[in-house]
Amino acid sequence: MLKIENLHVNIGDCEVLKGINLKIHEGETFILFGPNGSGKTTLLMSIMGFGNYTITKGRIIFKRKDITHAPIHERAKLGIGMSFQRPPTIHGLKTRHLVEMCAQGRAVDVEGLARKVNFDSFLDRDINSGFSGGEIKRSELLQLMAQQPNLVLFDEPESGVDLENMALIGTTVRQLLDGDIGPKPDRSIKQQKDSLATAGLIITHTGYILEYVNADRAQVLFTGHLCCEARPRDILEHIRKYGYQECVRCLQ
Amino acid sequence: MQTHDLDLKKYQFKGATSGAIGDLRTMSAEDRQQLLMSGVDVEERERSGSFLHLDHSNVHCRTMQPGVEVMDIKAALKKYDGLPDYFWRLIDKNKDQYTKAADKNLHGGYFIKTEKGAKITQPVQSCLFIKGQGVGQNIHNIIIVEEDSELHIISGCAVAHDVKEAAHLGVSEFYIKKGAKLTFTMIHNWGEEVAVRPRSAGVIEENGVFLNNYILLKQVKDLQMYPTLALNGPGAVARFNSVIVAPHGSYVDTGNRILLNAPETRGEIIARTLTTGGTIINRGHIGGYAVPCKGHLECKGLILGEGVIHAIPELEGTKPGVELSHEAAVGKIAQEEIEYLMARGMNEEEATSTIVRGFLNVDIMGLPPELKDTVEKTISDSEKDMF
Repeated sequence: MLKIENLHVNIGDCEVLKGINLKIHEGETFILFGPNGSGKTTLLMSIMGFGNYTITKGRIIFKRKDITHAPIHERAKLGIGMSFQRPPTIHGLKTRHLVEMCAQGRAVDVEGLARKVNFDSFLDRDINSGFSGGEIKRSELLQLMAQQPNLVLFDEPESGVDLENMALIGTTVRQLLDGDIGPKPDRSIKQQKDSLATAGLIITHTGYILEYVNADRAQVLFTGHLCCEARPRDILEHIRKYGYQECVRCLQ
Repeated sequence: MQTHDLDLKKYQFKGATSGAIGDLRTMSAEDRQQLLMSGVDVEERERSGSFLHLDHSNVHCRTMQPGVEVMDIKAALKKYDGLPDYFWRLIDKNKDQYTKAADKNLHGGYFIKTEKGAKITQPVQSCLFIKGQGVGQNIHNIIIVEEDSELHIISGCAVAHDVKEAAHLGVSEFYIKKGAKLTFTMIHNWGEEVAVRPRSAGVIEENGVFLNNYILLKQVKDLQMYPTLALNGPGAVARFNSVIVAPHGSYVDTGNRILLNAPETRGEIIARTLTTGGTIINRGHIGGYAVPCKGHLECKGLILGEGVIHAIPELEGTKPGVELSHEAAVGKIAQEEIEYLMARGMNEEEATSTIVRGFLNVDIMGLPPELKDTVEKTISDSEKDMF
């Protein structure tokens, strides 16, 4: 679904990503670890297509289309969605209105979706205005639920979130990736799973999100290079024990 | 300000009189459209009063609800022996050439007064309209909201479609008595060659509330005003909300002043200004002269493409314990906001327009729904000229 080939990205004159190769398949959940400043957010922002991130080399292919230089909204329309860590406040833009616009013309039950993330009382507030850490996450998830992307980019779903909210956010992320699967009269669970192809690329520091989502693969991003592909929990355990020191040795 | 003195000799201050218009629906479609965009419903549905001044004459005046009186100012001066407590009491008639003109050769204006304790739920609508080429209009309005009464006024000012040049000079004096509440919404709908000089002042007594909304979305050649509200009684509250758009060719010098003269008073000035080529000088002044008092001033300016926004917020305190603050920002739409919306599937133009509409949003003004719809429609229509 997503294929990144030898991607080099600059912020200003500084090369942050130095030749990234990455594949994420339909329905797959991929976890990205890495210390602060290693380029994780840059990778997400480059996949989404933000202006400050200049791709100097390499390609991004999504659903067999080369989107390396496509404008942001075209990527969104193709099915890439992103949960922002620090989204901007837009005064006068009601959360309800934005959620409706996320659905891009599809009928959407804004109230119903909002209730799922306990956010119905925020719908008439200006988007992100005075939202707490947890509220931002819930608002981002609500927008993504309306947007229904095929690939979801999550920048640290657990940052700034208290434990109670973490459970709600964790299960919602899971639902977004796996769908609302359960025994239904018309289709078997397997059929439901097969028809759902939402992939996820999740940045995490703490690994809390791993308790909720079914992560398939993980890798470490270190000083602009991807390394150490392994099972997500193995990497997390390793980092907890040894930090990122080993990455330096691997990359030498 | 000197450089923007008008040459009043250019305008016709005599002779543009008209007969009464009994039914506003008989006006031409174009005129009705102009009135509509200024908040005036020619059907007069859900209105407690209706007033129309055309060029130099009052042509329509109706009161539809008990508890409120709507009259032409000249008739009111006769009825109330010259209104000695209200006429020229807040504004010096010799302040400048515009007040002098309104003093010497008064054409009309509205007199709106509530009865004590009357809660007038439906708005009074009024319109000061210029239809004649080169007409200069001298207006004097008096609004008296008696003790414990409530009133909403929609005051539209407009010129007819084909009017090239005109001048509107308007004196307004507001009296908000003890425990009274006035919501005053003024919509300006001028033209490319129209010069406008409102001169307004108000006093608010104990626990009185004055919410003042101002909307200017269309081009105006030269507009200058600085309404001042004096909060003279304890517990008085005043709020100014303005939404101002200046296309190419507009020169708008506007501001609001709130004087917190009594303890427990609160004042707020919120202005959103947007230029697409015109000049906006956005002043604001809150003076805290008694404690405790609270004042907040907010001027936000967006420059789309070109234009000038000059924000001049002023805070003045003369006692320890006053709480005054301000927030001012002038700039362009943040790229970050555009990209955020683009990541939700909007193209750049849709994202920009969504942000601009949010910026110019009039929700806090508490307008009647049909007027809010008209204003929002006007904003979305003017968007074509914005980008």
